[in-house]
Amino acid sequence: MGKDFGIRMNGDVKVIELKGKITIGSGDLKMRETIHQALGDGTKKILIDMAGVSTIDSSGVGELVGCYTTATHKGAKLKLMNLPNKIQDVLTVTQLITVFDVYSSEAEAVASFG
Amino acid sequence: MTEPEQGAVVLWLSSRYENIELVQAALGHVCRLRGIDGEMEHWIGMALREAVANAIRHGNRLDPQKRVLVSFGGDGDVLELTVGDEGDGFDPGRISDPLAPENQMKTSGRGIFYIRTFMDEVSFSRGEKGGTILTMKKDLKTRIAGKGEQ
Repeated sequence: MGKDFGIRMNGDVKVIELKGKITIGSGDLKMRETIHQALGDGTKKILIDMAGVSTIDSSGVGELVGCYTTATHKGAKLKLMNLPNKIQDVLTVTQLITVFDVYSSEAEAVASFG
Repeated sequence: MTEPEQGAVVLWLSSRYENIELVQAALGHVCRLRGIDGEMEHWIGMALREAVANAIRHGNRLDPQKRVLVSFGGDGDVLELTVGDEGDGFDPGRISDPLAPENQMKTSGRGIFYIRTFMDEVSFSRGEKGGTILTMKKDLKTRIAGKGEQ
């Protein structure tokens, strides 16, 4: 608890840099709060940088799915970049990797928003 | 709950999420004793975290007065983990498939799927005094193919 995620702009894309554990009772709710705050501010392009994430559990995955759905309902786009191998594996086994737009470089990700 | 086997490393925890970190630390200690490498420890740890989170949330319903049992046992090439709660019991037959299209965008329901993915044997039983006992086994001779080993 108490961790702060980095937030910065790259053009009109808000980049949220997650870090540490995105797990139940730890980073899961903080992540949701941060993303919902960005959506509440009217942000339409959100890029989640996962490079600093060490672990994600089913609760963190569930929150990520919920944030994606909320963003879509608000007419915003939420994309992911820099997934560590283990985080990618966790999304792959539940076939969620096909749901999210995932990029390996920030330039490519930002350009994809159009 | 059923008493753990003799010789196992055993933790009795109150139902608080912060205790998951204690379980993770204990797993690290057991893995060092058993010569389990970091890669395998990561995936076993993920399954164990899910099991303990389920026991706290769904089994004991976040009641800190109710305890969670975590036991690290097995020998030779098998690591056996047991997680027990003091809840009302659980019917594993009612678990929905998180890969089904209608469940794909749900915000919950993936924990047991991850446990079954990352461990080799998973079984549920009722404790002697109620609650649910989840037993997970990992064959230490195997590697977890396709997960972080490209």
